[in-house]
Amino acid sequence: MALLHTVNKSPFERNALSDCLRRAKDGSAVLLIEDGVYAALEGTFATDEISSRTGSVNFFALAPDIEARGLGNKPLIDGITLVDYGGFVDLVEEYSSVQSWL
Amino acid sequence: MDEYEDDEFDGPVKKFMFVNRKAPYGTVYALEGLEVVLIAAAFDQDVSMVFADDGVFQIKKDQETSGINMKNFSPTFRALEGYDVEKVYAEKESLEARGLSEDDLVIPVEVLSSSELAELMDTQEVVITF
Amino acid sequence: MKLGILVNEGPFTHQASDSAYQFTKAALEKGHEIVRVFFYHDGVNNANKLSEPQSDDRNLVALWSELAQEHGVELTVCVAAATRRGIKDELLAAGFQISGLGQLVEAGIVGDRLVTFGD
Repeated sequence: MALLHTVNKSPFERNALSDCLRRAKDGSAVLLIEDGVYAALEGTFATDEISSRTGSVNFFALAPDIEARGLGNKPLIDGITLVDYGGFVDLVEEYSSVQSWL
Repeated sequence: MDEYEDDEFDGPVKKFMFVNRKAPYGTVYALEGLEVVLIAAAFDQDVSMVFADDGVFQIKKDQETSGINMKNFSPTFRALEGYDVEKVYAEKESLEARGLSEDDLVIPVEVLSSSELAELMDTQEVVITF
Repeated sequence: MKLGILVNEGPFTHQASDSAYQFTKAALEKGHEIVRVFFYHDGVNNANKLSEPQSDDRNLVALWSELAQEHGVELTVCVAAATRRGIKDELLAAGFQISGLGQLVEAGIVGDRLVTFGD
């Protein structure tokens, strides 16, 4: 069983991403949605937190949220896969259950 | 509490984990979250309750809320046992980071490390975070 | 896949209801079944038929109602959370119903997945 974790808050506003990654097991997935997509930006303090786990945790970000925030042409962390809402649905199906880090 | 009654529920039993991460009173999630846990227990589900991050503050002793004119709902946590919710956990790192020990808590809990918590979360079928 | 959706926040203040709506729509397009969408905490405000956004903005209450009417999606508002917030039967938009927290738990039991959208 592997979980899909969702993080919807910016790492600059809240600890949700750190709190999530502290408990996310290898083989699980983390999907950044809403303001959580700011964590996908290359070159911030959150970058290392994500990069250090890209080998063992599957990272995704919701493309419509990236585009909405004008991040579409900024470098994103290597190892994050963009998905749309359909892809979000597929992830929910692929993983055994969903934990939202609100 | 909700008026829904547990009549003859004989459906499947799933592992429900409720993750409490927010402090009480500043927002409503702690109070309304507890209401869901009690209903899930009334449905005879396999309920685990986890207090992590600021959620550990929900079960801090000595809450005196008259000054802020809100209901002190911390005594309600003692009802968990009556509802057969025995799997109640607090995360060690969350307690320590906030200077809390088990002696500070209104109910007995099993203290788990982050990695033990991660293992436990992985076994759950339905995870609801408040 | 049978999905339960939990919406913890009202329309407009948080993106939660929008995200939940887009997710639910995508799930329906993929042929999945929605057990129900359960509205809790301030999420009950998604049922308020008096909501009147600006004409060039999305109307979340109406969008949810459409999902109920066009796809038979069950939209359930928690009675305890609704009562506290003044959301009563006479205020409910089309397609919404008020029921107990048991419906949320039941969605978790009969569904394959429960997805939460909140703050």
